[in-house]
Amino acid sequence: MSGSRRNGYLFSGRRVGAMVLRYFYLLRGSVPRIVELAYWPTMQMLIWGFMSQFLAQHSEWFLQAGGILIAAVLLWDVMFRSNIGVSISFLEEMWSRNLGQLFASPLRPYEWAVSLLAISAIRTLIGVVPAALLAIPLYHYSIFDMGLPLVAFFTNLLVFGAAVGLAVSGLVLRCGLGAESLAWAVIFAVAPLSGIYYPISTLPDWLQPVAYSLPSAHVFEGMRAAAIDGVFLTDRFVWAVSLNVVYLALGMGAFLLAFRGARQRGQLLQMGE
Amino acid sequence: MCTSIAMPHPSEAYSAPSDLRRTGAKKLKGGRRAGWGWRSFAPRFIFPVMSGFAISVQNLAKKFGDIVAVDDLSFDVREGDIVGLLGGNGAGKTTTISMILGLLIPTSGSLEVLGTDMLRHRYRVLSRLNFSSPYVDLPKRLTSRENLMVYAKLYGIRNPAGRLCALADDLDIGGFLDRPFGALSSGQKTRVSLAKSLLNEPDLLLLDEPTASLDPDTADWVRTYLKNFQQERGATVLLASHNMAEVERLCDDVLVMKQGKIVDRDSPAGLLARYGQANLEEVFLDIARDRTTVQRNGAA
Repeated sequence: MSGSRRNGYLFSGRRVGAMVLRYFYLLRGSVPRIVELAYWPTMQMLIWGFMSQFLAQHSEWFLQAGGILIAAVLLWDVMFRSNIGVSISFLEEMWSRNLGQLFASPLRPYEWAVSLLAISAIRTLIGVVPAALLAIPLYHYSIFDMGLPLVAFFTNLLVFGAAVGLAVSGLVLRCGLGAESLAWAVIFAVAPLSGIYYPISTLPDWLQPVAYSLPSAHVFEGMRAAAIDGVFLTDRFVWAVSLNVVYLALGMGAFLLAFRGARQRGQLLQMGE
Repeated sequence: MCTSIAMPHPSEAYSAPSDLRRTGAKKLKGGRRAGWGWRSFAPRFIFPVMSGFAISVQNLAKKFGDIVAVDDLSFDVREGDIVGLLGGNGAGKTTTISMILGLLIPTSGSLEVLGTDMLRHRYRVLSRLNFSSPYVDLPKRLTSRENLMVYAKLYGIRNPAGRLCALADDLDIGGFLDRPFGALSSGQKTRVSLAKSLLNEPDLLLLDEPTASLDPDTADWVRTYLKNFQQERGATVLLASHNMAEVERLCDDVLVMKQGKIVDRDSPAGLLARYGQANLEEVFLDIARDRTTVQRNGAA
């Protein structure tokens, strides 16, 4: 009877793949969803692209800095899309009252979390790459000219956004769907401290250490150095990676803790629209 | 095109021979008490499922704050049996099933499923269980085929497409496999959910009100199918329901729950005889309204 089944392992790429497939099916089944993924980054890029052109006409610094605002807005969107990519995929399970089915199966909660990270990366690429490509003919600016440092910036922001997304998902699991607006809101609390459009030195002295406790602040400082001075700041990169390890561990921990709490309170069967 | 190879269609006469039932389990029922031989002393990882009980629950309790949902529950379910969990709303049926599945952590007590301690090692057996409940759903925007494919992969089915085809034929769901799950009727949804719960050919199937909100024809179809499945596969089925006719028809044994406790246990025929009633509905009312003066568990 059990010959057709494979026994479980502590971690199974197949189960992670099954969950990624589930979110891929969801995405594939709705053209508006795919369009929506690329729509907001493109609109942001258009607005900041024209703003860049205007500022370049009136400011020597912006003229020399080229498309720094476009790079900033695209990288901010990486973090934002990654964050809501995790949160929305998580909320899909709550909206569809599917948690009970999922966790009566051999799926481990951390495998689910990994699948959320994976689908979040896919959603981010679908959203941000078209906007980045569109900037090339429109503003003669290619973020891809940054080369390998771009990969470092992209990966760090992706991981940080996902870590925040996992923590927020845990919070929603703890508080119920009444807290679902947190999925969109929390990441904006990080934005002013990340120095997306301005250097961290612009912030008050007392706030700068707080900003530097975020990986995103190091990434955007590094991005400005790469775009303006053409250098890759290794120390910023190391700080960003190190902090990301901590934030990812905290995000995953918060998520798993909330999951265990949900099992204690019986929410896996009850939660849903 | 899919071709049925696994099970007879429920519309056919129910004729599964008794020798198709799991012989080991049946021998255990009639004869020796499982777990008393030398194997009792062997390490669990060598003989993990030799107790003869698919479910073994000891002093299980679940409290939500001051509310006691399940109170000091102890019972065993033999392998290969269909056991009914009967009780009114709030009796603790769904809470009990949730704990057996590991979806809910008990406040106290112990729980073994297929010889495995569910509180410590539930992932060892989850691929051998499955369940269906009206309290959970499948993603509405995915088609039934997509939903079943995802779950087939989660359960590690080696040939998901083939298994899906066999189930589509058995359960007559091929006609709407490619429609969004949310667009299906209640009866169609129930069939798809049933297909999901049978994907891994479970050794233990937990069903929470499997025919709730179904019309009599579909409900009858589902009951016949479940009976056939259990007979063919020798699976153990724990069925929570407040449909007395369903329990009477399907179950070998009935656990009656009230206010989180098991207040009686017997075969359907045994309950009817002891309570002197013509059907289980009257027995249920006797218990629910405390109007019984008949023998319980053999005592006057």
